[in-house]
Amino acid sequence: MKIHEYQGKDLFSKYGIPTVKGSVCRSKEEALLAYDNLGLSKAVVKAQVLTGGRGKAGGVKLADNRDELGRVAESILGMDIKGYIVDRVLVAEAVDIAYEYYFSFVIDRNVKSVEMILSREGGVEIEDVAKTSPEKIHKIPIFPFVGVPDFLARKAASLLFDDFGLIVQGKEMIKKLYKLMIETDASLVEINPLVVSKNGNLIALDAKINFDDNALYRQEEIEALFEPTKEEQKELFAKSKGFSFVQLKGEIGCMVNGAGLAMATMDMIKLYGGNPANFLDIGGSSNPNKVVEAMKILMSDSDVKAVLINIFGGITRCDDVARGLLDALKQIKTEIPIVIRLAGTNEKEGRAILADTHFYSEETMGEAIRKVVELTNPKN
Amino acid sequence: MSILINKDTRVVVQGITGRDGSFHAAKMKEYGTRVVAGVSPGKGGRVVSDIPVYNTVYDTVRKHGADTSVIFVPPMFVKDAIMEAADAGIKLIICITEGVPTLDIVAARHYAFAQGAKVIGPNCPGLITPGESLIGIMPGNIFMPGSTGVISRSGTLTYEVVYNLTSSGIGQSTAVGIGGDPVAGLYFIDLLQMFQDDPGTDSIVMMGEIGGDAEERAACFIKERITKPVVSFIAGQTAPPDKRMGHAGAIISSGSGTAKEKIEALIDAGAKVANEPAEIPMLLRTML
Repeated sequence: MKIHEYQGKDLFSKYGIPTVKGSVCRSKEEALLAYDNLGLSKAVVKAQVLTGGRGKAGGVKLADNRDELGRVAESILGMDIKGYIVDRVLVAEAVDIAYEYYFSFVIDRNVKSVEMILSREGGVEIEDVAKTSPEKIHKIPIFPFVGVPDFLARKAASLLFDDFGLIVQGKEMIKKLYKLMIETDASLVEINPLVVSKNGNLIALDAKINFDDNALYRQEEIEALFEPTKEEQKELFAKSKGFSFVQLKGEIGCMVNGAGLAMATMDMIKLYGGNPANFLDIGGSSNPNKVVEAMKILMSDSDVKAVLINIFGGITRCDDVARGLLDALKQIKTEIPIVIRLAGTNEKEGRAILADTHFYSEETMGEAIRKVVELTNPKN
Repeated sequence: MSILINKDTRVVVQGITGRDGSFHAAKMKEYGTRVVAGVSPGKGGRVVSDIPVYNTVYDTVRKHGADTSVIFVPPMFVKDAIMEAADAGIKLIICITEGVPTLDIVAARHYAFAQGAKVIGPNCPGLITPGESLIGIMPGNIFMPGSTGVISRSGTLTYEVVYNLTSSGIGQSTAVGIGGDPVAGLYFIDLLQMFQDDPGTDSIVMMGEIGGDAEERAACFIKERITKPVVSFIAGQTAPPDKRMGHAGAIISSGSGTAKEKIEALIDAGAKVANEPAEIPMLLRTML
């Protein structure tokens, strides 16, 4: 789960990590009011959208005075950044920057722990630095039961700063940031850029925090910040039914048990010349109620021209799955052709049950996919 | 021969009184796995499918010589369950539970590692040495004893592939589901090495998917260390970026972790990569 920069900065403030004063605004009028209330002179207006690359898209602009701030806020509000419409901006004090750095904590799959990543090359894409000059990036794995003791935070800060005053500021910030990471179950806490201002203060100029979805059950305050997009609302609805769903743009609706098999099914549809309309994993079992709910989700997409049901019956036997499917599909009225592929335990019995119905029953994944592609693309 | 488990493996089921725990404990026992005991704190003294239940893992180690544990407890209890098993002296801990907070796994895995225990999972189907021992939730009847080792990040896709293998007369030495979470225990490289060292394994099937770079790392390892033939399949070639495809770890983020990169790395390492699961038996035959 992602949150906005201003929400991240609120969390930073709560943990005592220095940021600049700012205010989130939803209109030009609010922006001007914030400018006055904060007593700003030179200000920055930043689009608040849950995606990267805001700067490049023109979503971050400086304003030298009140009039310019109004114009800038007006131009950014309503902007479309990678499909996200800007409905609020952060109005904040513009900092006189002396140096820019990169700092993050991330859960790393390979070291299987939290890793601290830092660089003196800040304010640019860290992936680009990693490609061009990897020696400028430092990575420090964190032992979970040790965390970030003083010495480690000091060592890390010394990699960024030469001045001991800054090393001390950095050490404190690093320890606080790690505390935030652990206490909020974050999977990424990134400050880019972390800056030293011309008057020698360390400031988190940006805040990017992602959270572990698996841990939201114990992070009520974080979960409350979640703002699902339209697409995510459909995914959430599917999740409430026990499914994993991702909308795609094709015409073949897929219902599969298991995430890996569901991905492989999508890939094969593409390989055979069709386009999957979605990823839908209905989970390990395949009881009739689940099938009914899954069909409703597939039918809600008007682009779907045919449906492929691909079930591997392991512990659930295929004859039981077939009976369940027939029960479920009786409740769904649709003209859309449905191809069913059952494999696994008792598959012959399962297919026999489907044989005299109006469904297309196929033996292998290849045959089923060829069939469903043919049904959506009659010219082939 | 096999890796990790065999007919002598003595299994304790943590969370045996729950719905999934009791169902699969019975299935494992039916398959022939030596399920020696179950654990469910506060429910010691009960019996589930003729399996004695204890309050602690320590009791099962002391009284029944349990050496391997399989975990079915709810996500919020997984961290504690893994650490208890490791502390009790269990050497192989398999976590089936899905939805475990990542930082819990980070901590529990480090703890287990320090105690000398191996962890498989979480969010995995478990593992099987066909004809000897099944630990987890895989359907035992589709497997057949043989000499192909199987490693996979997914559940039903593994069954699909194994089903194809068995139908083609290719049996399996051991099949391991390593799980779909971003941070997990034993992974491709650990298991590739075990299969390389196992005299009962003559070839390896490795099933990966989008997200992370474990397949690329495995490819480097295959190139340098693995002499047995490897056939691979990578799921998620059509997955859109920044979307989690069912598994918590299956996500292309900031443009990395794509199927294309993984497939290229594996081909470069000399592995054969199947376009579809059904091709795997045929590709294996060409390499044996």
